[in-house]
Amino acid sequence: MSVFLLRRFATLLATLIGASLIIFLVLDALPGNAAQMLMGADASPDAVRALSIKLGLDQPLSLRYLLWLKGMMVGDLGNSYVYGTPVAGLIAERLVLTIPLAIMSMSVTVVLALSAGIYTAANHNRLGDVGVMSLTQVGIALPNFWFAILLILLFAVKLQWVSAGGFAGWDDGIWPGVRSLLLPAISLSVVQAAILARVTRSAVLEVLREDFVRTARAKGLGKREVLWRHVLRNAMIPVMTVMGLQFANLLAGTIIIENVFYLPGLGRLIFQSIANRDLIVVRNCVMLLAAMVVIVNFVVDVLYAFIDPRIKVHHL
Amino acid sequence: MATSSNAPLIEVQNLGVRLNTSRGPAQAVRGVSLALKRGETLGLVGESGCGKSVTALALMGLLPDSAVLTGSIKLDGRELIGLTDGEYCKLRGNRISMIFQEPMTALNPMHTIGRQVAEPLRRHTGCSAADARREAIALLDRVGLPDAAKRVDAYPHQFSGGQRQRVTIAMALACQPDVLIADEPTTALDVTIQGQILDLIADLVEERGMSMILISHDLGVIAENVQRMMVMYGGTVVENGETDKVFSRMGHPYTQGLFRARPKLGARKGTRLKTIAGTVPELADLPSGCTFADRCPLVEDRCRAAPPPVIDVGGGHGVRCVRTDVSMAAAVGAPA
Repeated sequence: MSVFLLRRFATLLATLIGASLIIFLVLDALPGNAAQMLMGADASPDAVRALSIKLGLDQPLSLRYLLWLKGMMVGDLGNSYVYGTPVAGLIAERLVLTIPLAIMSMSVTVVLALSAGIYTAANHNRLGDVGVMSLTQVGIALPNFWFAILLILLFAVKLQWVSAGGFAGWDDGIWPGVRSLLLPAISLSVVQAAILARVTRSAVLEVLREDFVRTARAKGLGKREVLWRHVLRNAMIPVMTVMGLQFANLLAGTIIIENVFYLPGLGRLIFQSIANRDLIVVRNCVMLLAAMVVIVNFVVDVLYAFIDPRIKVHHL
Repeated sequence: MATSSNAPLIEVQNLGVRLNTSRGPAQAVRGVSLALKRGETLGLVGESGCGKSVTALALMGLLPDSAVLTGSIKLDGRELIGLTDGEYCKLRGNRISMIFQEPMTALNPMHTIGRQVAEPLRRHTGCSAADARREAIALLDRVGLPDAAKRVDAYPHQFSGGQRQRVTIAMALACQPDVLIADEPTTALDVTIQGQILDLIADLVEERGMSMILISHDLGVIAENVQRMMVMYGGTVVENGETDKVFSRMGHPYTQGLFRARPKLGARKGTRLKTIAGTVPELADLPSGCTFADRCPLVEDRCRAAPPPVIDVGGGHGVRCVRTDVSMAAAVGAPA
């Protein structure tokens, strides 16, 4: 088990280093100069050069990369070109919104998808199965920003249950904050839940065809008991794999959804920073997103080993 | 539970099973009857697709919901066809148990073998987890799993095929069933292990006074392990009787074909194995007369006209063939 963990952890580190390298190179190869951008198109070349030196943009690429890595280790990510404040602080401020949003939408996704997937598999080819599967087909086809606007029209404009946008913060307790994240979380979940429900259904159906299900029935277990005791755990491996991958989609989705709902989250920070060529913020935000995705998938891999006793032996 | 020794423990009359397959409805079992007293053993022989496994699953009540059953299956005088799944669940694994063909896939890879063996005990006897575990260890020990007490918490992938089959046997026997159905229990195992597993099953059947239905396509396995046998073809029983009688007389042309098709030791290199000409008919469109007619060397017009009756050739040995007199005169003789 510990060998498995060590190996997997080494892969994690290598992936992170690879990701940082790609992010750094891509963003530095991007046309446009942050100093020029900050000074405006009319600035004199001398002034731009002076600002470049001040921002450290004149130093060689490799040195800047190493300095960035070193900064990440100690939590010093430099200052935003636009705001002039530390990037770490900017990001931390936004994570207070984006992390709860991600957790909420992942939870909604999992609850919806697992219940729909298990229900449809247990009622394979019956009316309920066909009905729910048609719904998921629609869910997959929905663009989440459009669905978000529909939700706003219904729940904020018409019913006035929640506000159409903005974030209430956590100062007045949990509920106001959760309330303002409810619609964004649901809009982010719909497509993901529809996909995951279909994955769950086919995974459960696959396991239901296994010989050991018949063995369990031959022991005298009822269909429901077999489903809960023998089938679900076996079906979880593909479901969790897709869940890990969906987490990446979900984070990418926040960039759009946070803009639709005027939420000051990480996604919106990235969007604004790209528009402002605030490269240092973009670079660190993208790195953070990449790290979250890689770490979530690392956790998924470790969970495999807890679910499936065979994985401890075979090492991934 | 105990019945008089003369009444059959399990009695099947005119069992018919219609399955909905992708190629349309198929009459997979047609008019199968059998009776088994306590302690008796019966073999079912035939090629794949002849209906032997479907018959077994029908007895277990494990056919898909869409299957249509006709006739009667009685356990200790109680009719089983038409029981709700809940009622059947009380019998399965308790009074009637089954061992399956594939030990590699018949066990849940996520659960320890101890838990899987204890499961029927917990389900049917309501004993505590600790008692069930103790009993599971005793059962695993009885079926010859080395170091049972230590290995009870191991997972199926940590065992060989033969050991896993021992585990499934322990599981089937956990609640001391009256009837054991063994569906090709050794087909997936190495030849060297097959004998050990069959001996184990035979010992346990004897020791516990169970009735056993052993399904196999291997005539050698049938010859050595059961008192009576039934040869199935195309969903019907074409020959049945005491094992020695069937082996010495071989009334049905199909039974004879099966014997000829066995590989023989000492045959010259390059000798082709004998086969039965043609293939097993699709269950979805069986011929109206004798199901074997298309492959039978003795076929006549009347064979195709109507299903042949069972002809008693003496001592309860029945052959479903109108040309029994000719076929028995031409019999290939006792097995080598």
